[in-house]
Amino acid sequence: MPESKNLDDQRKSWESAVVKKVTDKNPERKKEFTTGSWIPVKRVHLPSITTDAEYSEKLGFPGEYPFTRGVQPTMYRGRFWTMRQYAGFGTAEESNERYKFLMSQGQTGLSIAFDLPTQIGYDSDDPHSEGEVGKVGVAIDTLRDMEILFDGIPLDKVSTSMTINAPAAVLLAMYIAVAEKQGVSKQEINGTIQNDILKEYMARGTYIFPPKPSLRLITNIFEYCAKEVPKWNTISISGYHIREAGSTAVQEVAFTLADGIEYVKAAIKAGMDVDAFADRLSFFFNSHNDLLEEVAKFRAARRIWAKIMKDKFQAKSPKSMMLRFHTQTGGSTLTAQQPDNNIVRVAIQTLAAVLGGTQSLHTNSRDEALGLPTEDAVRIALRTQQIVAYESGVTNSIDPLAGSFLVESLTDKIESEVWKYIDKIEEFGGMVRAIENGFVQKEIQDAAYKYQREIESGERVIIGVNKFTVKLETPKDILKVDPGLRNIQIQKIADVRKTRNADAVKSFLNELRDGTKHAEVNLMPLILDAVREYATLGEICNVLRDEFGEYQESIVL
Amino acid sequence: MKKIIRILIAKPGLDGHDRGAKYVARALKDAGYEVIYTGIRQTPEAIVKTAIQEDVDFVGLSLLSGAHNELFPKVVRLLREQQAGDIIVFGGGVIPDVDIPQLKVSGIETVFTPGTPIADVIQFIEANRERVSQ
Repeated sequence: MPESKNLDDQRKSWESAVVKKVTDKNPERKKEFTTGSWIPVKRVHLPSITTDAEYSEKLGFPGEYPFTRGVQPTMYRGRFWTMRQYAGFGTAEESNERYKFLMSQGQTGLSIAFDLPTQIGYDSDDPHSEGEVGKVGVAIDTLRDMEILFDGIPLDKVSTSMTINAPAAVLLAMYIAVAEKQGVSKQEINGTIQNDILKEYMARGTYIFPPKPSLRLITNIFEYCAKEVPKWNTISISGYHIREAGSTAVQEVAFTLADGIEYVKAAIKAGMDVDAFADRLSFFFNSHNDLLEEVAKFRAARRIWAKIMKDKFQAKSPKSMMLRFHTQTGGSTLTAQQPDNNIVRVAIQTLAAVLGGTQSLHTNSRDEALGLPTEDAVRIALRTQQIVAYESGVTNSIDPLAGSFLVESLTDKIESEVWKYIDKIEEFGGMVRAIENGFVQKEIQDAAYKYQREIESGERVIIGVNKFTVKLETPKDILKVDPGLRNIQIQKIADVRKTRNADAVKSFLNELRDGTKHAEVNLMPLILDAVREYATLGEICNVLRDEFGEYQESIVL
Repeated sequence: MKKIIRILIAKPGLDGHDRGAKYVARALKDAGYEVIYTGIRQTPEAIVKTAIQEDVDFVGLSLLSGAHNELFPKVVRLLREQQAGDIIVFGGGVIPDVDIPQLKVSGIETVFTPGTPIADVIQFIEANRERVSQ
């Protein structure tokens, strides 16, 4: 971006007169310096915003278009971000206990981790579930499990985020049904479902159905919630997993916002007015170690999304233009070697998320490269957020890095690189086509490969992995999930099957099957009916599998 | 002439974390081996079928969900049942150290945990070259 000409000349003479004398004798550590995602960084950066008009266009004020400085007028001066630790394992009983522990430690929102069979719509007794039940999250087969999961947790008081995508409609329906049983109406419940299928195809892998019916389910949820569940965030458009798969910071933002464009298009195509649903869209990003690049990334993402919504989709409401986001610190940055070092990495990443204006945050535990986090490790992770919130002082003034010459120029650079990708994806005909073509996967994999090669060669230093290594015993206190858990879940399903009204289940599943055949039918109420009668997750998903088919991965290497 | 070694990199179970598997597959290919990658969410049965059809010398299993104690040994067992027990099976991913001895007992030759340099994997394959060349 244009820097002042006069200052640029001054810099050149400083470089040739002053710097050169030093570098002739003592060369710098590297020939070229870049961010963690290979954006060139100069020796010193100069102001890129020099007039009031430029300030207004690029930054504005917090709570105002283009929201570069934050989505709320008071940000953390009003209240801190929601501290929301992603948790769940084993049975609903064990996870319920962990949630209560987290809340007793000052956590302010719940974030539910489901096991992989749940995420892919298999019951615990399905052959595909072998070895996976209760491992990376809690196993949910029927409404009965969900009732236990939230036992003693008032759903009118907490906000709950659920990492669920392909079967998001089913889990949302179960949540609604549990709330009703607690006497809490749909209008009152508050939370988020991830519901972002496109990044499953390109990075995360828990897809079930092909893109077209998946987008129908998503827009059905948008439509249903706009009328019935007004406080629910109907999607969390996620760059987190794209970054975990090895993308650059630019790709993370570009592919996430391109996914967002696809969802908005789908909803408009389904007949919705953009301002009727866009304010319920939320986002989810990663936070890595390159502090200033990450801060710039969050700021750029807000500015680009505001422009997309205003210019491309003609949104009228400012709320439709606000990019609200959750952040999780970078799982792939954690090392199995010297795991205590991860506490420091997480602290830096926490700072990046907060300086970048996140609305909620999950901090990873130091032992996550080894297995499921222990309670002690989770506590330190939560304390890290609390220390940044209460002790660091960075929360007292909004967007405190604004005006940093480097941060502003990185924000501009990230924005311009992101637009290039968005334009390219539009040329493919949108994100679904770009994924089917393998373009996005290839871009991510090339970045991941380059990154790993740099670690192998020692060019990129990872402390404890390729520099400052020691031979240390890895800790033995790793949380283990009972291998007998699957049998417990299988027994639970059998018990539910015995006591439920089998005729009602059958007839609601038939109605659902019928609904899938008519594109204008919203499937959400039909799923809710089936869930209330204790139809299993697998039974519902199998009806949809029969009718919609299953997605086949296009393998790109 | 040196035998061209064929390696199947496979993802059993349901987890979609394929960054490591894809990196290993590509790096081994760059090192001159013939590498086939299955894609994610493969059943042990499907992996064994591919291994036999493709006539591979090694199967590398990658898993990050914690289902390794069930699924890694199952792949070995199915290979043996189909008279393909000479295929060398190794593992990788988030595998706690405490689980490794039992995996080795059940026929997993070795396990590469996070942070392992690719050179170690290549060294392992070369150390077993004679075994698979017979």
